[in-house]
Amino acid sequence: MSGADMVIWVNFSLLTMLCLSAVAILLVRHLFAVAALTGAFSLLAAGLFVALDAVDVAFTEAAVGAGISTVLMLGTLALTSRREKITPSFSPVALVVVLVTGAALIYATSDMPVFGDPNAPGHVHVVPDYIEGSEKDLVIPNIVTSVLASYRGYDTLGEVAVIFTAGIGVMFLLGLRREDEDDEGTVRKNRRPGGRPLDEEGDEA
Amino acid sequence: MRHHLVLRVVSKILIPFILLFGLYVQFHGDFGPGGGFQAGVIFAAAFVLYALVYGVEHAREVLPPKALAILVPAGLLIYALTGFAGIFLGGKFLDYDVLAATPTGGQHLGVLVIEFGVGVTVAAVMVSVFYAYAGRTSDVDAEDW
Repeated sequence: MSGADMVIWVNFSLLTMLCLSAVAILLVRHLFAVAALTGAFSLLAAGLFVALDAVDVAFTEAAVGAGISTVLMLGTLALTSRREKITPSFSPVALVVVLVTGAALIYATSDMPVFGDPNAPGHVHVVPDYIEGSEKDLVIPNIVTSVLASYRGYDTLGEVAVIFTAGIGVMFLLGLRREDEDDEGTVRKNRRPGGRPLDEEGDEA
Repeated sequence: MRHHLVLRVVSKILIPFILLFGLYVQFHGDFGPGGGFQAGVIFAAAFVLYALVYGVEHAREVLPPKALAILVPAGLLIYALTGFAGIFLGGKFLDYDVLAATPTGGQHLGVLVIEFGVGVTVAAVMVSVFYAYAGRTSDVDAEDW
C-alpha cells in the first residue's frame, strides 16, 4: 500500500468514526455517556488535524476538547441532572433547515481550491512574504509561531485578552473559592453532608 | 476517586512528564509545533488530572486560587508590556526588532516572551475555570455516576 493510499484510509476511517460518534451523541440520552462521547469526538478530530498537518491545532483540540472541556462537562453534570429531558422529537421544519444548509455547504465546497493547492487565493497574497520572512528575517523554523506571535502579534494579543476576559468573567460569576470557605480561606467544619446538589429534581427519575 | 489505586499510581508517574512536555511545547514552540496556547492547556491539564485523582482540596494547596488571580492578568500584562517595550526602545507597538542587539535576536526574544505570557494566562484561566466548576460541588461518590 502506497503512502497516499494509507493517508486516504486513515482519513476515511477517522471521518467515519467522527460521524458515528456525532450520531451517537445525538441519540444517547444519558449525559455521562454524551460527555464521554464528546471527548472521543474531540480526540478523533485531533487525529484528523494531525493527518491534515495541522499539528498545532491538534495539540489544542486534544488538550482542550478531549481533556479539559470533558472534565468541565462532567463537573456541570455533577451539579445538574444526569439525564437529558425528553423533548418532543420530530420537527419537519428543523429537518428541512438542516438539509438545505448542509446541501448549500456541500455545494460551496465545489468552489473551494484543492487541499494544499499552492495557487489558492489564500496562499498567494501575503503568505509568500511570511514564509520567506520567517526563514530569512525571523529565523524561526515554525512558520505558525512566527505568524501568530510576530506578524499577527496584535491578533494574538486580542486573543489572550479574550481568554483573560473569559477567565475573569468565570471568577466573578462563580468565584474561585469553595462555597463553604470563609474570608480567611479556611474551610468551615459544618459542610453540607453528602455533597449532592440541593435541588435533586429530575435526577435519575 | 480516592480508592482507585491504579489511577493514583499511573497519574503520579504521568503528571511530571505532562508538565515537562508542557514546558517543552512552551519553549520549543519556535522550532517545533506548539506555543503558548498549547503549552498552557497541557500544563493546566496536568493540574486538572491531579485535582481529579487526588481531590480538588489538594490541588488548591498546590496552586492556590490567590496565585491564579495573580497569574491570569500577569500573562496578559507580560504580553502587553512587551509591546510597550518596543515603543520605549524606539520601535512600534509589538515591534520586537528593537528588543535586542540584532533584529533577529529581538524577534526571537520577543516571540519567546509573549509566548510565555500567552502560556501563563491560558494555563491560569483553564485551572481557574476548573476550580470554579469543581468548587461548587463536593466529591461525588463513584456509585452516583
